Amino acid sequence: MMAQPVITPATAPEAAPEIALSVRGLTIALPKSMERRYAVEDVSFDLHRGQILCVVGESGSGKSVTANTLLGLLPKVMKTTAGSITLEGREVIGMGAEELRDLRGRIVSMIFQDPLSALNPLMTVGAQVDEAMASHGMGTAETRRTRTLELLAEVGLPDPKLMYHQYPFRLSGGQRQRVMIAMALALEPTILIADEPTTALDVTTQAQILKLIRDIQRRKGMSVMFITHDFGVVAEIADSVVVMEKGHVVETGPADQVLRSPRHEYTQRLIAAVPHLRSEDRPAPAGSAEAPLLEVRNLVKTYASGSALLRTRRVVPAVQDVSFQLARGSTLGIVGESGSGKSSLGRLLVRLMDVDSGQILFDGKDIAALPEAEFRSFRPKIQMIFQDPFASLNPRMTIGGILTVGPMAHGMKAAEARAQARDLLKLVGLDTGAFGRYPHEFSGGQRQRIGIARALMFRPRLLVADEAVSALDVSIQAQILELLERIQRETGVSMVFITHDLRVASQICDEIAVMHKGRIVEHGPPSQIFQTPRSDYTRELVAAIPGEDFQRAAPAMALN
Amino acid sequence: MAAFLLRRLLQSIVLLVIVSIIGFTVLNLIPGGPLAQYALDPGMTEADRLRIAAQMGLDRPLYVQYLEWASRMVQGDWGTSYRDGNPVTTVIARHVPATLLLMGSSTVIAVAVGTWIGIRGATHRNSASDYVATVGAMIALSIPTFWFGLIGIYVFSLRLGWLPSGNMYTIGDGSVLNVLHHLIMPSVVLALVHIAIWSRFMRSATLDAISQEFVKTARAKGVPERRVVMKHVVGNALLPMISLAGVQVPSLLTGALVTETVFSWPGMGRLFLDSLSYSDYPVVMGLLMFSAILTIVANFIADVAVALVDPRIRLA
Repeated sequence: MMAQPVITPATAPEAAPEIALSVRGLTIALPKSMERRYAVEDVSFDLHRGQILCVVGESGSGKSVTANTLLGLLPKVMKTTAGSITLEGREVIGMGAEELRDLRGRIVSMIFQDPLSALNPLMTVGAQVDEAMASHGMGTAETRRTRTLELLAEVGLPDPKLMYHQYPFRLSGGQRQRVMIAMALALEPTILIADEPTTALDVTTQAQILKLIRDIQRRKGMSVMFITHDFGVVAEIADSVVVMEKGHVVETGPADQVLRSPRHEYTQRLIAAVPHLRSEDRPAPAGSAEAPLLEVRNLVKTYASGSALLRTRRVVPAVQDVSFQLARGSTLGIVGESGSGKSSLGRLLVRLMDVDSGQILFDGKDIAALPEAEFRSFRPKIQMIFQDPFASLNPRMTIGGILTVGPMAHGMKAAEARAQARDLLKLVGLDTGAFGRYPHEFSGGQRQRIGIARALMFRPRLLVADEAVSALDVSIQAQILELLERIQRETGVSMVFITHDLRVASQICDEIAVMHKGRIVEHGPPSQIFQTPRSDYTRELVAAIPGEDFQRAAPAMALN
Repeated sequence: MAAFLLRRLLQSIVLLVIVSIIGFTVLNLIPGGPLAQYALDPGMTEADRLRIAAQMGLDRPLYVQYLEWASRMVQGDWGTSYRDGNPVTTVIARHVPATLLLMGSSTVIAVAVGTWIGIRGATHRNSASDYVATVGAMIALSIPTFWFGLIGIYVFSLRLGWLPSGNMYTIGDGSVLNVLHHLIMPSVVLALVHIAIWSRFMRSATLDAISQEFVKTARAKGVPERRVVMKHVVGNALLPMISLAGVQVPSLLTGALVTETVFSWPGMGRLFLDSLSYSDYPVVMGLLMFSAILTIVANFIADVAVALVDPRIRLA
């Protein structure tokens, strides 16, 4: 893990110091109105030349703030109050704007989390890579063009000549991230800062991008600071690790050591919370002998855009011939990458969208083709939990209002609804005092609990959870999964759990259906999916899960 | 793109029909009418008036009058002015250049100044100049255009004597410089409110763009700050502004009506008011349709421009 790069970069000076980047006692103040005084406090670490340093932490740990400070990209409201940052022997804190600008892209490059919003939508890919060089007065238009084409090829983009003239919206997420990397490499910087560069990507794409970053780092002997919240990713690429919690560094060390025997209690908790692949099956639920609660037969949904008249019609088959059964009290995981049709399937099940053809038998009755007026009586029985706990709660309603408005619309008495809302808040682990408060007063995890309580207000028989834990930190994720499991035990509700994360699915599902391009390519218990996958696609997905080797060792460690 | 153009064309036609029906109806609901001027004429009998009405076709049901007007209009015959017997198209064409000149110069001033103030406000958010611009915009928005016109005439014409108080040119001197001299005050006065609107929208569009990730990307690769703002921020901020420019045309037209009256500017606004007071309905209807077409065309151009500038729409 600690291996030095095989090839030393030709451009590096003979007596290059061993430490490319050194941070000492970095303290950054937050504006007064914030709940914490400091975004980061007394942070110190070193990035050794030719190594990959992972900075790990949950949201609010200060890991991104630290990364942005290195390039002088902090928002104005945050002020560095103490500490020093030494980049290739030069002090960054207090450096003039023009001097800082000269460093950016030339000595240090940065890539970001969301490759869609990180590229200018109005400029071609080639122009954006070119700009990185032009800004530092490098080469002529002709040499820059040649170099851009080389870079696009180097990061593995197909047909660089064509790619040069493409706009970002035409590219897939993985391709966009490759463009970002090409841009970052343009001036052969010695340090690369990657801020969660694979978080927004599918698991198979993530594996490719991680490999690309590691390959380039080895080839060029770059020093990489890699920010992530995912210990699986850490296990894949890190040489050394810095763990941050609430603005403080709580642990540093070689990757092996931190992963195998974390010393700090927070690191231990964080590693234990990482959902590891559980390939043993859950015991069969009590209702599994009865007729299935939900049976889906040959479901089809196709999106069409454009006009048939002018022959610009484009047809996207979102869900193709999907069939499955869901036993009472059990959980079916729908797993797939973006564009696989898993979310469309979820929306069809709760009738947020009409099906093109096929049947949805709920308790033996086909609800797929019911007119809305007749389906209304089924709505309370089928409820949904949404992905984004920030966007899915009305910011102008109290929690009590959010919980009671639906059931009251379905005829529940106000007093009864209020009493039930208070009970459910307790059930999902919140104080009943939450009843009169507003969504912004709660954290992401608490909001997701509120979202779950809202779904439960109707005493549903079926819960459809669409990426319900994807936006949450791992430690919160574990708590929410536990809550869902307990609710299922206590209420016997059946669940359709839609996720892109195989590890999460393995934690909570009785059966898993893998979707690919609108079809279910494999369906079976976790033991089959993870140990003896039958379809090539499933095998590819399972292989792409980051930190697999480490995960196998993890359960043993978690017991210590 | 072809489907988009076709759909927009159909929508525009429907819109024009609705505008013309409403305009025609409302105009004829107004008490009085073209023959009211004869009502007090002692030499005119009721029979005379009825005969004139019959001659002009005004005795027929309203919908028949409308259908006849509409079918002629489609064929290019916009009717004849009651006032001077000239074809409506000729009358309007005589006044269009003055108004377009006024609107055009106003737009240039409003866009240039408003964009600059907006960008500055966003890049120097909450600075003294930003507050001054905010308060200035509120003042410009809340004080009516004619008041600015009158104050302008008082200060720059009466007191200082720098600028002419009205008209498009000095009689006997139609040189370009002379027209420009006359143009300064009306176009600035008409521009004021649009500078206010434009700068507020530009400020918020710039703020939206400035907080985008790709701006951080540009900074992170060492792009000079000036280019970050001009290329990455402003380029993206101007996209929504193109649509705004289209929406502003009706407001410019109504603004021109007031400004032209204050400064005796011989444009469509003046013609509109004069024709209304003479009950010259064919000209009023003609102006209404012309304004509607102008508005629709401007919005159409704006939409096409957005589609051309934004690759996500152009290539989709």
